[in-house]
Amino acid sequence: MSLRRLSLGLFAALVAGTAVAQTAVRPAPLKSGIEFTGAEVRALQNDEFANPAMLWVLRGTALWTQPAGKDNRSCASCHGDATTGMKSVATHYPQIDKSSGSLINLEGRIQQCRERRQNASPLKYESEELLGLTAFVRMQSRGMPLAISIDGPARAYFERGRDFYYKRVGQMNLACAHCHQDNWGKKLGPEIISQGHGNPYPGYRLEWQTMGSLHRRFRSCLSGVRAEMLPQGAPEYLDLELYLAWRSGNLPVETPGVRR
Amino acid sequence: MAARIAVPANARRGDNIEIRVAIQHPMETGYRTDDNGTAIPKNVINKLACRYNGVEVFRAEMGSGISANPYLSFFIVAGSSGELRFDWVDDSGVAGSERAAILVAG
Amino acid sequence: MKSFFKRRLVLARLAALFALPLLTLRRAHAQSEALDAMVAKITGGAPLRSGRVKLEIPVLADNGNSVSLRVAVDSPMTPASYVKSIHLIAPKNPRPNVAAFFFGVGAGRAQISTRIRLSGSQGVLAIAALSDGSFWSATAEVAVTVSACWDAS
Repeated sequence: MSLRRLSLGLFAALVAGTAVAQTAVRPAPLKSGIEFTGAEVRALQNDEFANPAMLWVLRGTALWTQPAGKDNRSCASCHGDATTGMKSVATHYPQIDKSSGSLINLEGRIQQCRERRQNASPLKYESEELLGLTAFVRMQSRGMPLAISIDGPARAYFERGRDFYYKRVGQMNLACAHCHQDNWGKKLGPEIISQGHGNPYPGYRLEWQTMGSLHRRFRSCLSGVRAEMLPQGAPEYLDLELYLAWRSGNLPVETPGVRR
Repeated sequence: MAARIAVPANARRGDNIEIRVAIQHPMETGYRTDDNGTAIPKNVINKLACRYNGVEVFRAEMGSGISANPYLSFFIVAGSSGELRFDWVDDSGVAGSERAAILVAG
Repeated sequence: MKSFFKRRLVLARLAALFALPLLTLRRAHAQSEALDAMVAKITGGAPLRSGRVKLEIPVLADNGNSVSLRVAVDSPMTPASYVKSIHLIAPKNPRPNVAAFFFGVGAGRAQISTRIRLSGSQGVLAIAALSDGSFWSATAEVAVTVSACWDAS
């Protein structure tokens, strides 16, 4: 613990003087986080059976056809076979929800379906059910490049997300950009700093010893720099999710990914 | 507790085939605390047995040193077609089981 | 006065210099005694020979929560000669007995793969109990790294 504190503290001290640009830029060349992990983590992610995240996907697969709510309808009642009906769908999230005009991510869409189409109670954000369903749906886009839009009403969310990305926060006074934009590829303690893409989530982190959402990953980073952690689903996190999805360019969806 | 079993699809009699099992379980070490600082009691799958057509072919006794969501792989000799059945129990007494069909040619 | 303090300092430093290795030796000794007891519980006092066991585990583990390993024992696995069990010990874990695997009649190979927790860098020990009553082992040193960022999520 003290070593961790020391390494991140030193890092914070080193980048303290550097100015950060407020323009939206993508890292070049784009590299998925899996390229920064060790061989063991890569092997886990690539092995469809050994990948522990698949246990959650299994749960999601079962939930897809399981009737729920007062209307006793399942996801499949409307969407049919997910392997065809949900193919590439996740590459377009987060997106502007037509009915409300506001930004919604895949978790939010699933919740909306439960509420409006199934007449069912909402799932807790970090619950096994929502993680499983989200991972199952996102997995139908595995290997497909992200393709989100930041035009029209999405623009304002995108800009807020970008501002969040460059804003210094916490006791260490670090912004996302200090690590993942300006210093990716460099060593921090025993690790190599990744570009911080959201493409493997929901995913399995060895550190968590469980499956987690992208928003939980945001919380991890914020706790790392000793900043306030917002609850999963917070509007700030949605903005950031959109910015990150844009920043990931055409990186492929890796859900369910494995990280250290 | 979701669980998965992997059995090779095209086994022939006498083949040495790899059996893999993965079970969703936190394998609580007893050294962690929850958000309120309360210790989470140790709870791991301590016993797991695999029976092939009713005969025990493999058994594992596990402690908190086995990672969360335990994964195991081992080998059996393919005999006749039938069933692989896994049974396990954790420290809290919760038992689980999962089965898979095994098809043997020849 | 000055030299007195200096002498004191030198003495203290010397004492510390000698005490440190003594302390670590004592700890290492206690640990090896505990390990011997654990091994004896498996072997029943029979000699533990090195060889016949292959332990594959990364030299550098990304995260101590999950380290993949494979143990394979050189054995024909016939009714006349087979491996009864494989035992895994991580001496520096709070509970060093990681797992034991028992092979039945239908087990085709004396081989297992799994993922284990390692509480810090250490030498992992795999012991195989053979049907002839002999015990064989292999050890592998694993360096475990700690993640750079503290995670309270």
